[in-house]
Amino acid sequence: MYVIVVGGGKVGYYLAKELLAENHEVLVIEQDSAKCERIAEELGDIVLRGDGCEAATMDIAGFGRADMVIAVTGDDEDNLVSCQVAKTMFNVPRTVARLNNPKNQEIFRLLGIDTTVSATAAILAQIEQELPTHQMIRLLGLARGLELVSLKVPAEAGVVGKELGGLLLPHGSLIPLIVGKDGAPHIPAPDTVIHAEDEIVAVTNTENEEALRTILTQP
Amino acid sequence: MRVVIMGCGRVGATLAAMLSDDGHEVTVLDVRADAFRRLPASFRGKRHIGNGIDQDVLARIGVGEADAFIAVTQGDNRNTMATQMAKHIFGVPRTLCRIYDPIREEMYRKLGLETISPTIVGATLLKELLDRPKHGGDTGEGG
Repeated sequence: MYVIVVGGGKVGYYLAKELLAENHEVLVIEQDSAKCERIAEELGDIVLRGDGCEAATMDIAGFGRADMVIAVTGDDEDNLVSCQVAKTMFNVPRTVARLNNPKNQEIFRLLGIDTTVSATAAILAQIEQELPTHQMIRLLGLARGLELVSLKVPAEAGVVGKELGGLLLPHGSLIPLIVGKDGAPHIPAPDTVIHAEDEIVAVTNTENEEALRTILTQP
Repeated sequence: MRVVIMGCGRVGATLAAMLSDDGHEVTVLDVRADAFRRLPASFRGKRHIGNGIDQDVLARIGVGEADAFIAVTQGDNRNTMATQMAKHIFGVPRTLCRIYDPIREEMYRKLGLETISPTIVGATLLKELLDRPKHGGDTGEGG
């Protein structure tokens, strides 16, 4: 695959390194000459100095034949525009953007960016997981507004002791995995009984996230 | 009309003053407090410090109730992102966006934004001025 990485900071550098190790064709676009030199020195001739939002630079970089563009600069507005130009002007099939502000997930999705990755949200989710709350944790944003979430069933929840097949889940939601209190993962069947403190991993769309949380946690 | 202007540079401040003089309800947003010094004493609108590409900031200053949103910061990308947020998240009926880069300007126009490129407008005006024969001596009246 030909992958273009916009932004040669720490994230861009390590991303390029990993992608090269997996034998992909990689190009990093970076404006800062010192960062360009460091990447060229350590990873080879895979770096182009320029503005990853400017059509002329993008043309030279070969966005037209890129299979994927990953924008990982420290500025959300630059990541958004890079991906939008890649999609609109160069028909890049898949665009991935790094989010610095997790709240920008909604606007990026509305504007057609295929995947967003937020380090802030990931760290927050990890911290939340360590806390004894009944919150639903977003694990991953998937395509078309879907997301992978996880939730621990509280002891007082009404669903405890009930069969999964009897629950009325919100439209478009499904439960592909349950991790028991003992840490054993299993793929649930309709007759699987839900226990207190089961960790339920579900796929849902953003609109129904709250409804799903309510069903699985309300007494 | 309720108008939110993002960016209190020369253009933002001048536009804010004009609209305020016309009796519109104007809110100006800038990341730096000292940018508001460009506003004239007669300006009757609101001044807010904050980042226009932060959804929480836009909500706080009432973009949801605005009739128009105009993005005129120095950054093309900031302008396009904020404009798209105002349009798609807050449903502002009129959103205007300044984009210096003519290529990006054309692209975002095709994507449905109301855009203006001062690069094209400025260059065109200067060319027209040069093409026009100078008259009226050296008074500058001919320009």
